[in-house]
Amino acid sequence: MRYAYYPGCSLTSTAQEYDLSARAVCRELGVALDEVADWNCCGASPGHCTSARLAHALAGRNLALAERQGMDLAVVCPACLLRLRTTRRRAKADADFRRDLEGMLEMPYEAAHDVRHLLEILSDEVGMTAIRRRVRKPLRGLRLVCYYGCFLVRPPEVMRFDDPENPQALDVLMNTLGAAAVDWPGKVDCCGGSLALSRRDVVTKLVGDLADLAEGAGAKAIVTACPLCQANLESRQKGERFPVFYFTELMGLAFGVKDVHTWFKKHLVNPLPLLASHGLL
Amino acid sequence: MAGTSVVRCYQCMTCSLGCPVAFAIDDLPHQIVRMVQLGMAKRALSSSTIWRCAACETCVARCPNGVDVLGVMDALREMALTEKAEIGDPAVTAFNRTFLQNVRALGRQYDLGLILLLKLKTRDLFSDLTLGIRMFLKGKLKLLPHKIEDSKGIKAIFQKATGSQP
Repeated sequence: MRYAYYPGCSLTSTAQEYDLSARAVCRELGVALDEVADWNCCGASPGHCTSARLAHALAGRNLALAERQGMDLAVVCPACLLRLRTTRRRAKADADFRRDLEGMLEMPYEAAHDVRHLLEILSDEVGMTAIRRRVRKPLRGLRLVCYYGCFLVRPPEVMRFDDPENPQALDVLMNTLGAAAVDWPGKVDCCGGSLALSRRDVVTKLVGDLADLAEGAGAKAIVTACPLCQANLESRQKGERFPVFYFTELMGLAFGVKDVHTWFKKHLVNPLPLLASHGLL
Repeated sequence: MAGTSVVRCYQCMTCSLGCPVAFAIDDLPHQIVRMVQLGMAKRALSSSTIWRCAACETCVARCPNGVDVLGVMDALREMALTEKAEIGDPAVTAFNRTFLQNVRALGRQYDLGLILLLKLKTRDLFSDLTLGIRMFLKGKLKLLPHKIEDSKGIKAIFQKATGSQP
């Protein structure tokens, strides 16, 4: 199994542990990731909040570059995924749009290949049986809540992945790793996303609500699939109640990957005491 | 506008009831759609709602009539900028502008630069200082920016898409 790989900006900085753990688990599972050469920022929220054509062009450049690799594109940041997929869908459906896009990029683009989140690839292509076979250290006793956030499942027409109000994919994955994914009402509630720097007060309130819901569900940790959610949840929590893992980190831990300590050291809420207390280190 | 049919909105308020930032805005999403229906351009364009919207797509996922509420917000945001309307939350537009300036110059984001530029702009030098230092020491904020090779291509994209500085 081979995919072109678009890390996105945060994976080179604030979310390096996501990139490292994603690559490590893909190696374990025999999923090859070929990074797109000279990729650019997808534009994230500021792009589409400023100019639709700019947003499409920034996303489109990466799509056109990835197309040269002749494979589907794997992405781990849901915001990047939404931008890339939205542009691809429009280009596929609207020939005038595609021509305008190619004009801005000065590159051809046929929208031939899909853009997919790694969680989707693991669920639909790799499968839980293959993942269970790789588990050397089941995450027994680790009660956690799965935080999907916004873009993994919304907008439903674009994402077409899992239930938009009560998704299960992360829960199933965590249970496959031996952990105990606890049901809770905050699965798809927004963390405040890109208001992280401009409206800290909004993010702090939303993160506080999520932390309260996680506590109410009896969870000891939160697992997520979005670099901005992870950053918001860890940095704006009051009182460092919950470590916030990337699902790939927990996969790596369960697979017995040696590098896990280097990932966990990067967290703002230290996960080591919790993992040690469960005998998982 | 935004390729969606606002005329279908019958003000059921489902979007507003699910909006995560409803507590932080004066005009709720369904009210913004109503303004668009009634042609109240100035009111809609100068609202803080369009900037505090977190673009979470909850409204889109839940609207029973398939109104692209987020598409309406995006269209209003773009219009507010091109028509130089009074901006309802300048902190957000300052962030967006600085973010895109870095992307235009480097092709990718430069987190440390973004944070420092924002601090200079807002003159808020000390909040989150401890957090920033912690993140820097953990290697989460790269000291130096990365500039992509095809810098010319990125600048050409900005020029063609917006015709000017973002």
